[in-house]
Amino acid sequence: MTAPVIEIENLWFSFNRHPILKKVNLTIYEKEFLAVIGPNGGGKTTLVKIILGLLKPQRGSVRVFGKPPCKVSLKMGYVPQRIDFNRNFPVTVADIVHMGRLRTSRRRTRRSSDDEKAVQRVLEKLDMWEFRDYRIGELSGGQRQRVFIARALVTEPDLLFLDEPTSSIDTRGQSELYEMLDELNQHITIVVVSHDIMLISSHVKSVACVNQQVHFHEAAEITEDMLEKAYHCPIDLIAHGIPHRVLKMHEDD
Amino acid sequence: MLELLQFEFMRNAVIAGIVVSLICGVIGTLVVVNRLVFLSGGIAHAAYGGIGIAFFFGLPYLPCTLVFSILAAFAMAQLTESSKHRSDTVIGVLWAAGMALGVILLDLTPGYNVDLMSYLFGSILTVPSSDIYMMSILGAGILIAVALFYNDLLAMSYDEEFALLRGVPVKVLYFMLIGMIALSVVMTIQVVGLILVIALLTIPPYIAEKHCRSLKMMMVLSALLSMAFTLAGLWISYLLNLSSGATIILVAVAGFFLEKTGSHLKY
Repeated sequence: MTAPVIEIENLWFSFNRHPILKKVNLTIYEKEFLAVIGPNGGGKTTLVKIILGLLKPQRGSVRVFGKPPCKVSLKMGYVPQRIDFNRNFPVTVADIVHMGRLRTSRRRTRRSSDDEKAVQRVLEKLDMWEFRDYRIGELSGGQRQRVFIARALVTEPDLLFLDEPTSSIDTRGQSELYEMLDELNQHITIVVVSHDIMLISSHVKSVACVNQQVHFHEAAEITEDMLEKAYHCPIDLIAHGIPHRVLKMHEDD
Repeated sequence: MLELLQFEFMRNAVIAGIVVSLICGVIGTLVVVNRLVFLSGGIAHAAYGGIGIAFFFGLPYLPCTLVFSILAAFAMAQLTESSKHRSDTVIGVLWAAGMALGVILLDLTPGYNVDLMSYLFGSILTVPSSDIYMMSILGAGILIAVALFYNDLLAMSYDEEFALLRGVPVKVLYFMLIGMIALSVVMTIQVVGLILVIALLTIPPYIAEKHCRSLKMMMVLSALLSMAFTLAGLWISYLLNLSSGATIILVAVAGFFLEKTGSHLKY
């Protein structure tokens, strides 16, 4: 735990006068592996987009690597939640993953051999290399999700955000992904929005519950006893953060 | 058909058709994938205000309409940005405003009234050589700009948020695209008229999209289809003595339905 990677101070965000996030304070240190959980509409995706600099908060400050988010966006990788947009777009898997090399690449109009190699490496890692020339619309949901994970990884980020990355991936694919994330986590900071208890149990180091307000829980709070109970719980209940003592009750609730 | 080319107006018509097809293929592709068809229609009709200004003040038609259309297009882009959920309404207002302005200014223009129909439905057979030069230069400019910014345009068109994260200047690029659409629309008006512009801008890319694996290929195939439609339409209109603009569009529409039935039978 060294330098803070994400520092959020007294952040407020509202959309069309509906408050989405209130009074958020959050500090994330290097090589953290954070799970963001909470009910639908609780503001998880909004929080991630604010840290990425895609949304501007009305009040408060956000600093990533000590700078405003838009100054360091090249250091951040992002797997969006929605993977079913623009499905009829004439674009191949390789084209999409190459988008992750924009600005990293020294060449502007043509792809360098470094780019080609990086794209091949990451597609092979995700078992998607054989699909490189497929149109994105020809793939299944799980395969599309891997393409977007590949696009985020090929940017070689220092800070990686995944917004519900396993919603369309089967169980085997999920554990493979988590193993890969564990490996990446030795060097980079990872933030995952997820309802997935498997991830929260055995991989992440801390949990942030987001429901307008944000509550941060250190890894130490997630004991084995809690997990045992958690496995028998419907995920939604855990995501609401209250019953079954999965996590310590928030002090001001 | 070859003996037709000895007439200068026919040569000009063929060159204009080819130049416009190239531009329509490339820009039309970006219009379709970015869902800017309605905005393009707005620009095409608002352009009529520019035509009115040109005649009322006795200014040269093409440069005046180009400038007016770009300004109208930027206004639309800015207004739609600020009220995204009602962007179609805002475009509709400017669409009508431009046309009304054009009609009134032409009413107020003393003396001989120009042939409205030629602007509404195009006049490829009367494109002067001077316009051909200007169209070729602008067309080359558009093609070079798209080639230089191809990767950024692709990223923005496919996933704006991710493009933004990768440092693509999305807003500047969007305005550049809108500006290029305005230029293309004004040039296409020469060939098929402002009412039919949308058909030439959208039908070839619509057909091409399903058969291409990349945006690049879609641009090339659209340009080729557009060329085929334009030249075939021109030829048929000459043989049967019909309006060239409307004939070109009907050929394109025939292509559209042929492809639809073809892909229906296939699956």
